[in-house]
Amino acid sequence: MTAQQSDMKLDGNAIGGLLREIFAMEMTTAQGTCANCGTVHMVGEVVVYLNAPGVVVRCPSCDYVQMKIVRGRDRYWMDMSGVRCLEFSV
Amino acid sequence: MARTAVLGRLEWQFGTVAELVMETPKVASLLLDVPDWMGHLAGQHVDVRVTADDGYQAERSYSISSPPEDSRLAITVERLDDGEVSPYLVGEVREGDKVELRGPIGGYFVWKGDDDRPVLLVAGGSGVAPLMAMIRHRAANHLKTPTRLLYSSRSYDDVIYRAELERLASAGDGLTVAHTLTRMHPPGWTGYARRIDSAMLAEVAWPKAQMPIVYVCGPTPMVESAANLLVDMGYDPRSVKTERFGATGG
Repeated sequence: MTAQQSDMKLDGNAIGGLLREIFAMEMTTAQGTCANCGTVHMVGEVVVYLNAPGVVVRCPSCDYVQMKIVRGRDRYWMDMSGVRCLEFSV
Repeated sequence: MARTAVLGRLEWQFGTVAELVMETPKVASLLLDVPDWMGHLAGQHVDVRVTADDGYQAERSYSISSPPEDSRLAITVERLDDGEVSPYLVGEVREGDKVELRGPIGGYFVWKGDDDRPVLLVAGGSGVAPLMAMIRHRAANHLKTPTRLLYSSRSYDDVIYRAELERLASAGDGLTVAHTLTRMHPPGWTGYARRIDSAMLAEVAWPKAQMPIVYVCGPTPMVESAANLLVDMGYDPRSVKTERFGATGG
């Protein structure tokens, strides 16, 4: 990873608004289990890149891609194959 | 997590700029009247959207710097000359203009003031904004929570909220503020004059046995460095909450 790319690194706070759009709930306190390493992290802690065509979410422990989210004009595409379980209170 | 975390759908709404405060030559606070603002918690942010004449839209997140107790919503924005949104918010916007926003957003990086644990706040540049909301929330409620702010700025003139921090820290109610200036410092400067390092944190941070809760906010490299140093010192990683502004923000 270049220095420039690593500077683009954000965290789950940056997608609080986007996730509210989708889930209609505060999601930065949700807990996600990484499908690769099994570590549980709060969504606020995950690694986020916004500089791709979509949003890329990576595990802070093992860097595995947990989610990819693309927002189109009238729809979303969510790949959550890197999250084994997403737990949140209602 | 409290049930108040469930807030329903987010709607875009307009706030009116009631007052503009130039905090430093590159940083302004926008005090907004937002009709039907639902209230917020210290540490939360809003998304701001600007629309160009041709319909092009750009969106950025800005931390709320006002405490929940204030009637006006404040965001503090650093102007980045190659940014898409901040040059509009700092330089173009005038009092009376409308700004489109949605929020409040976030639940991870918040401090409610209902916790006795000592608080360590570590800020880099405009990353002080959400931490200022916490400090103002603490002051507005006369809380005595032992609180230390370690605040890194490029130079003395770049220190945001300098006078207010000085006033609040002199109240003797358990808030202390330590500054470090990384590029330039005035003659006779008695604060730190280097990037945040382990020796500095060893002097400023609470002993880990006191189980402090930590909020670190600023540019990504600074946040990661400070958080890693605290974990190396034995802080529980779960007690170190971080918010990264990236390299540039926008």
